[in-house]
Amino acid sequence: MTQYETVIGLEVHVELKTRSKIFCHSTTAFGGDPNTHVCLVCLGLPGALPVINKSVVEYAIRAALALNFQIAGFNKFDRKNYFYPDMSKNCQITQNDLPLAEHGYLNIELNGDTKKIGITRLHMEEDTGKLVHQGSITTTPFSLVDYNRAGVPLIEIVSEPDLRSPEEAYEYLNKLKAVILYTGVSDCKMEEGSLRCDANVSVRPAGSTEFGTKTEIKNMNSFKALQKALAYEVERQIEVLEEGGRIVQETRTWDEEKGITLAMRSKEHAHDYRYMPEPDLAPLVIDREWVEEIKRSLPELPDDRKERYVRDYGLPAYDAMVLTNTKELADYFEACVADYSNPKAVSNWIMGDLSRLLKANGTETTNCPIRPEQLTAMLRLLEKGTISGKIAKVVFEEMFASGKDAEVIVKEKGLVQISDEGAITSIVEEVIAKNPKSVEDFRAGKSRALGFLVGQVMKATKGKANPELVNKLLKERL
Amino acid sequence: MHLYQLTAHELHELLINKELSAEELNNYIFDRIEAVDDQIRSYITLTKESALERARVVDKQIQAGAKIAPLAGIPVAIKDNICTKGVRTTASSKMLSNFIPPYSATVVEKLEAAGVTIAGKTNLDEFAMGSSTENSAFFTTKNPWDTERVPGGSSGGSAAAVCAGAAVCALGSDTGGSIRQPASFCGVVGLKPTYGLVSRYGLIALASSLDHIGPFTRDVTDCALILEAISGNDPKDSTSASYKTPDFFASLINDVRGLKIGVPEEYMAAGIAPEVRLAIEQAMSLFESLGAVVEYTTLPHTEYAVVTYQIIGSAEASSSLARYDGVRYGFRAPDAEDVMDMFMKTRGQGFGPEVKRRIMLGTYVLSAECYDDYYLKALKARTLIKQDFDRAFEKYDVLLSPTSPTPAFRFGEKAVDPFHMYLSDICTASSNLAGIPGISLPCGFVDRMPVGLQLMGRYFDEGTLLRAAYTFEQNTGYHQEFPEI
Ligand SMILES: [Zn+2]
Repeated sequence: MTQYETVIGLEVHVELKTRSKIFCHSTTAFGGDPNTHVCLVCLGLPGALPVINKSVVEYAIRAALALNFQIAGFNKFDRKNYFYPDMSKNCQITQNDLPLAEHGYLNIELNGDTKKIGITRLHMEEDTGKLVHQGSITTTPFSLVDYNRAGVPLIEIVSEPDLRSPEEAYEYLNKLKAVILYTGVSDCKMEEGSLRCDANVSVRPAGSTEFGTKTEIKNMNSFKALQKALAYEVERQIEVLEEGGRIVQETRTWDEEKGITLAMRSKEHAHDYRYMPEPDLAPLVIDREWVEEIKRSLPELPDDRKERYVRDYGLPAYDAMVLTNTKELADYFEACVADYSNPKAVSNWIMGDLSRLLKANGTETTNCPIRPEQLTAMLRLLEKGTISGKIAKVVFEEMFASGKDAEVIVKEKGLVQISDEGAITSIVEEVIAKNPKSVEDFRAGKSRALGFLVGQVMKATKGKANPELVNKLLKERL
Repeated sequence: MHLYQLTAHELHELLINKELSAEELNNYIFDRIEAVDDQIRSYITLTKESALERARVVDKQIQAGAKIAPLAGIPVAIKDNICTKGVRTTASSKMLSNFIPPYSATVVEKLEAAGVTIAGKTNLDEFAMGSSTENSAFFTTKNPWDTERVPGGSSGGSAAAVCAGAAVCALGSDTGGSIRQPASFCGVVGLKPTYGLVSRYGLIALASSLDHIGPFTRDVTDCALILEAISGNDPKDSTSASYKTPDFFASLINDVRGLKIGVPEEYMAAGIAPEVRLAIEQAMSLFESLGAVVEYTTLPHTEYAVVTYQIIGSAEASSSLARYDGVRYGFRAPDAEDVMDMFMKTRGQGFGPEVKRRIMLGTYVLSAECYDDYYLKALKARTLIKQDFDRAFEKYDVLLSPTSPTPAFRFGEKAVDPFHMYLSDICTASSNLAGIPGISLPCGFVDRMPVGLQLMGRYFDEGTLLRAAYTFEQNTGYHQEFPEI
């Protein structure tokens, strides 16, 4: 069987969270009764004219700079012409041949390797409205249209065909989302549609330099769905080729329930959009100074932050990557290490118990019930030996549930570690007396038996005995 | 001399001297409309009640001894492709026959702020596509000088209303000559300002990069007054210029000594009626006798202007008119089977033949196969045409030409051949492509039909145009001729 190489490019649409729409003053607020977040301009009334919202340009530049793009000084807008009732003008204002930004890239990490993924372009455009009807638009008895989303600002980010596997595509999307979240210009919520992704995928014999025929896949509702859809599509294409067939260039839709991609009507991609310069918008000249100003206002981005964590905190690269994946988590980490001098201990707790609890409870990092100074206070109790590692886990869960300080919980529940030799000695002697078999085993060289005995002591003290002390006392008596 | 023959600045004197009240003036104009509009058919909608109400407010101000603005109480007609809040605005199309805008165009707000009363909405070629007003979906407007002839277009209703005394002044729109050509046919003054001087917000787009709003008046002084009132930057129109409006009234000086006037040979060539040529040559001689320097010059890319205008204009129109689909407002065809069928039936029944012709042409020139050969070439030709003007204006202050190669033609004479109709834009389309200002004013008669003189100027140099036009007017008096209607 021929070895195949997968080639994937992603087109990502990100909704910008500016207060008003891209070409009018209507609010971008999510929801609202149908057709209440609208005005003359976004409804496309005769004679109404679009005017570019400066915040949209600023947000788009912010995202573009974070993705290592070069910003074009001269910008123009274009009309993309097609008829569809969710469009108030039956043409969409977008940027065709002169996008806001070109030549960007992102570094992704997979299995410990870093790979640079080229990003062709980033441009601004307006979102469409929403149609509500049963089944297909061609058979439904009526269709309702809501223009609340019409004119919401979007940026479209088109990658180079640099991705070589569904896993790389997944990582790219993750990283893209992470970087954009850092810039604060979008929520990037795929479920709410503030991040959407279409994929172009093809396969070719390994070593070939020519691209195979590609298909475009739409309708993936999560990053995992994207990865699954791509994996399915790659397998499908290989199967077709292996059977001597040919790939048809077409748009396919991902059916999440069935786990397959399906060809959409071929009409969908036979469109000629008849692009033309938008004559209602004057060309947009972007001042270099302004771009520099926006650049200065960008926060430290994940890659730089990660490097700094390795360099300054001595963290393993993996820890640094996980911690910097979201700005919120990294900010949390930094608040902790500002107050506690063992970064690795902090990292372990954040990546371990804290992340697990946040995920299990669906809590955002910003709403974490444990404040950084509470986490470090607990670490100090642990360091002083007031509580054991095992107890710390119990305390931590309780902190997360109640928001109380570790010290309060320890006191309330009597969880202070027993470090009194006398108290432990009597229990140790009791355990030795009750378990002669294990004692014999240990003396016969079976070191595992010690673990059992330690466990018995811990059980008798409800986990509060200082484990080091228990070990020491047991060994002395055996 | 009848009252309906007076200009705004003459009427203003009567108003402030209390020889006439604004209410009387407005009643008088509506009586005049009633008397002549059966024959002329310049109005689609009259707004008598609101006009009289506004007139009474002006009268109160006069009674109270307040100083009123120069246009206060003056009845002005508005072309029916300019949105007026609460007043039906149709663009002379079945598609918008029931459309009542919830807002007013910036120019209407500005005129109202200047105190005018709005007499009504005037007829035009459907969506401003045409040169004769024969393409109106409702009825054709007649030329007051000869009702067998067209008033020109597309702003035929506005030109005819001002000509016949059915309005003192009017607003029109000019995409390829639609103000200047009807002004020429009706013997009134019409000005297309520099692109960006007057806001397009609220003008129903034909082709946004070519559309301009401008005044129709009976003399150059009124033209300056209206221009002063409607010009200025508008944040709602991003193509509106951040240019400080000069005092146009101050440009009205009877003196052209030293003014350099160029006459493009191409505008005086093939197709021009001999009598029109004669009238223009007389105008050239007059300017010379008044101390201007008049020379022939050349705008070598003129021959491409009309086709360039047709390609760009149709391309933009095909996209701008896509919004008329029956979903949100306007006409919706009944009995559609599905949404695409609704689109097709609505547009099939709602648009007239000329609109469909241009939408098809525009769609064609923007299609992937034709884009480079037509649309892109037209954009390049547009640049060359602009450069022609740039070169000419290095040497000349003003360019002079006929507005139209012929006087007003008879009904049906050109409608049979759309391309011949398009050719009548030859003298006007170039300045829309370049965005430079142009004015048309009467300069003679052929068989009692007016001939128009066009003056074109540098970007934002309406001042010089007005000075030249005012000087010509003061030394001729064609503006005091009136049709017998
Ligand atoms: Zn809006």
